[in-house]
Amino acid sequence: MPTIEIDGRSYEVEAGANLLSACLSQGLDLPYFCWHPCMGSVGSCRQCAVIQYRDAHDVQGRIVMSCMTPAADGARISIEAPEVKAFRAEILELLMTNHPHDCPVCEEGGECHLQDMTVMTGHTFRQYRGKKRTHRNQYLGPFIHHEMNRCIACYRCVRFYRDYAGGDDLGVFASHNHVYFGRHEDGVLENEFSGNLVEVCPTGVFTDKTLSEHYTRKWDLQAAPSVCVHCAVGCNISPGERYGKLRRVINRYHGEVNRYFLCDRGRFGYGFVNSDRRLRKAMIEKQPAVSGEAAQQRLSFLLAQQRGKVIGIGSPRASLEANFALRERLGADYFYAGFGVDEHPLITAIAEIMQSSCARIPTLREIEQSDAIFILGEDVTNTAPVMALAVRQAVRNASFEIADRLHIPRWQDEAVREAAQQEKSPLFIASCDRTRLDDVATATFRKAPDDLARLGFAVAHLIDPEAPAVTDLSEQERSEAEVIAGALKRAKRPLIVSGSGCGSLAVIQAAANVALALPEKAKALSLVVPECNSIGLAMMQGRLLNEAFQLASTGAVATVIVLENDLYRRAERVVVDRFLAEVEHVVVIDHIGHETAEQAELVLSAGTFAETEGTLVNYEGRAQRFFPVLAPADDIRSAWQWLSDAPGQTDWRHVDDVISALAQRLPRFQSCRDAAPFASFRITGMKIPRQPPRYSGRTAMRANITVSEPKAPDDSDSALAFSMEGAESARPPALNPGFWAPGWNSNQSVIKFQDEINGHLRGDDPGVRLIREAGRASWFREIPDAWRVLSDQWLLAPIRHIFGSEPLSALSAPLAERIPEPYLALNPDDASRLEVGEGESVELELLPQMERRVLTVRLSAELPAGVAGIPVGLPGLPGTAFWKAAKLGTIS
Amino acid sequence: MNIAAVITSQFRSLWTVLQHTFTKADTVEYPEEMPALFPRYRGRIVLTRDPDGVERCVACNLCAVACPVDCIALQKAEDEHGRWYPEFFRINFSRCIMCGFCEEACPTYSIQLTPDFEMCEYDRQNMVYEKEDLLIDGTGKYHDYNFYRVSGKSIGGKDKGEAENEGEPIDIKSLLP
Ligand code: SF4
Ligand code: SF4
Ligand code: SF4
Ligand code: SF4
Ligand code: FES
Repeated sequence: MPTIEIDGRSYEVEAGANLLSACLSQGLDLPYFCWHPCMGSVGSCRQCAVIQYRDAHDVQGRIVMSCMTPAADGARISIEAPEVKAFRAEILELLMTNHPHDCPVCEEGGECHLQDMTVMTGHTFRQYRGKKRTHRNQYLGPFIHHEMNRCIACYRCVRFYRDYAGGDDLGVFASHNHVYFGRHEDGVLENEFSGNLVEVCPTGVFTDKTLSEHYTRKWDLQAAPSVCVHCAVGCNISPGERYGKLRRVINRYHGEVNRYFLCDRGRFGYGFVNSDRRLRKAMIEKQPAVSGEAAQQRLSFLLAQQRGKVIGIGSPRASLEANFALRERLGADYFYAGFGVDEHPLITAIAEIMQSSCARIPTLREIEQSDAIFILGEDVTNTAPVMALAVRQAVRNASFEIADRLHIPRWQDEAVREAAQQEKSPLFIASCDRTRLDDVATATFRKAPDDLARLGFAVAHLIDPEAPAVTDLSEQERSEAEVIAGALKRAKRPLIVSGSGCGSLAVIQAAANVALALPEKAKALSLVVPECNSIGLAMMQGRLLNEAFQLASTGAVATVIVLENDLYRRAERVVVDRFLAEVEHVVVIDHIGHETAEQAELVLSAGTFAETEGTLVNYEGRAQRFFPVLAPADDIRSAWQWLSDAPGQTDWRHVDDVISALAQRLPRFQSCRDAAPFASFRITGMKIPRQPPRYSGRTAMRANITVSEPKAPDDSDSALAFSMEGAESARPPALNPGFWAPGWNSNQSVIKFQDEINGHLRGDDPGVRLIREAGRASWFREIPDAWRVLSDQWLLAPIRHIFGSEPLSALSAPLAERIPEPYLALNPDDASRLEVGEGESVELELLPQMERRVLTVRLSAELPAGVAGIPVGLPGLPGTAFWKAAKLGTIS
Repeated sequence: MNIAAVITSQFRSLWTVLQHTFTKADTVEYPEEMPALFPRYRGRIVLTRDPDGVERCVACNLCAVACPVDCIALQKAEDEHGRWYPEFFRINFSRCIMCGFCEEACPTYSIQLTPDFEMCEYDRQNMVYEKEDLLIDGTGKYHDYNFYRVSGKSIGGKDKGEAENEGEPIDIKSLLP
């Protein structure tokens, strides 16, 4: 490790770093704007200047930009020399000449990197007396607010939006100090990761519009360590609350999962917590229960009657604790998983492959390091968005190799891009329809699901001849498979990505075969599942929903308890209608109202992720704990509490008891105890406060109700307190509500919590992997026949949307604006055969139910003939992919 | 220590105290007689208006965070033209220690302390003041300042480029210097 001297003291720094990140890694304060830990250096802001001395005799030295200078062994620099301090203050003054007098009315205020750096450089007085240049703002859609006057032209926004996230509708306009960062015209920012501009921009140009609606400064937000519930990636988030309302979600760094960025579904989908669709009161026969206890008694009464005729339906969006409590209360034989009728076999198969195969399940950080990727049947941007962001970075590995050969440090962002030009690591995407990663793909292949599987099986066989061969391959299929197999074989760190996205078991099995065919140590397989706890639920091995329906039709079900699940999203309407009619008593435990709850005799109001504690298992089998950010009001209780509070039922007092019982009962969940410290954890005898030290208004917030301040709500379930008092330092990352350090009020303070820049959190990244690669799985041998277009029948392939396919985020008003209208996607040739055009109506006759639906046509040139795309979860459309085929016709 | 010195010191103190019996008292017979208070006396807090007669407070929360006893709570709202104002503004005077930090923190001269301290109540709940109770019609001690005339944010009646010391908005399609 190189040793460098900073202001007369020696420091050992990581090899290959630049001076800026070396200094920051050592905990020193050095101001910067354009450098971003994840996006490297471009040296455009000139803020990070230090003095570098030639040798021990050089007393004068010269000013260099620390972000552009390698931290070479023996380098001598000064951060504190008066000349360079004055230089940095002057640079800041220059950046500020046009800055508006906006802090009091700026949403960034209080967590603004520009404010922090201004204080750090000591620039306090504006000397410029000329006119400030001004700009007009743009409308950028429901998520982001634009206030261009505040820009300091660091170029971070476009570097993130275009270079990192692959967007193309944000750019730089005009020249010199007129530069303007925005769209070519007013309009919605299209990229799925636009929300990160809020954190990437060091000033208040891009701010969170949804926060501004009910604005609260960062110092006034009560926060908690939490996990995003909107897909299976399990990004770590820090939600903020005030006055009992959830006000926003920001990123919480995790060294292996999301690191610096979230997707817009995760960041702006929190509105459901505040929605008026929330179930806040327990309801008995559609009337509010007198009290929670009354509702509880009703549940006990129903359960005591007709023992053996009570079944429970769990949910992939409910925590392990909630599902386990249901399973324990009723017995494993009476526990149904609650997956969609079509997705149950797929997700079970995925969980089995993960637990049995010898392929590694890479973390997002490892995905970024892959040098060849084959995506089979999954539109990752729409099903596991932040994973797609990782894939997008992985294709840059070719450029890093070029840079390494030319001895360009990898953090020299502009130089690396210039050297690599369009060079990319191989990425092959085989899918039914176009995907949002096509722009960086080496080649894309559009096929019906069966043909996708055949392509996968063929690739596996080409890599390892022991893998079963596909017998009747066409010439084209063979050459496609050869290209993919060749690239995967040449790669050092290949990766296969697939999942339940296209609704085909064969596709998942084919992907597993490809991963298995790869050489030892290079086997890596990421399987995407739709919901935040799909894997956790699958590992609990509940029964199929269809079995519950069958059982009910024999009259063997007296009572059903539906846990955090809307059955109408999981199966055909007629089937659910019949089921709910056949069951005598329907009990729903949920936090949000839906059609199933409307028909329930007893509704028990559960907490969302913002009001309860629980554990979720993400796509890689990582168990992560989330903690409540607001104290539950009204009748809201955790689902496990409703299920276990009945007298004499269990001796569970706290969520920790449930977790311990789970670890004991089902050994595969053994290590989920370690996902976060238990409630008894203390730091020098103190709990960890959820509120920042500067939290204001404590003695006035509720003074209109009563002037005597109430006692802070007690949280006996965790080591966190609803208070501003407690341990300020040495918090374990799993219990850290958010990042803040003295002088570093923005989320960029995360550098003070990492073991090294871009590294892991000090004290270890939160969560534990429940699944470790094990054993040697056998080949899947059921290869489907080549798919043939039928003259009168279309195959319905599911299309997933980041906005709309996930039901909770869809209830957030700003996000709802981005949900497309329901449609049916058709290949233009098929459409002209049916004599319908874009925007015209087409009638579906669903098979085999013979139900009829009318949808608007959307043309998609890339869909294979005979395949129609059906968007999942949009209003009126199935919540999972249980529509399989249909006859199409124009409306008569 | 010298015993004599101790005794002398005791008598000197007594003598000094005795002398004060004959000086003129500073205390006044309140409430019969009202004390003269200076404009900068730190008493009951008001919210003022700008010279145009519009509510000055922009709901920035700086007073609230400066307050050592945390007795200010407010919520930002925004009118249709982008102007920030407090939806509610509450001071719990039963907690306020009249330190004046809020006034010092306020970037708009909105919140000001006044020379009125007569605000006792039998019921503590009555010490909770809302915006209606706090907002006065005038500018208080500072007559000229209008934050929105200086700030770069456009509001109703003041477009981009119309604030003090602001140039016309840039035409970004032009490449001329
Ligand atoms: S808008 Fe923000 S991120 Fe973009 S150049 Fe300006 S200050 Fe930097
Ligand atoms: S990728 Fe998934 S887990 Fe991450 S923020 Fe988006 S929806 Fe949430
Ligand atoms: S005078 Fe002091 S104690 Fe009273 S509201 Fe202002 S800051 Fe708070
Ligand atoms: S500091 Fe002034 S402008 Fe800001 S909220 Fe308080 S009274 Fe309003
Ligand atoms: S951070 Fe080094 S020049 Fe901007």
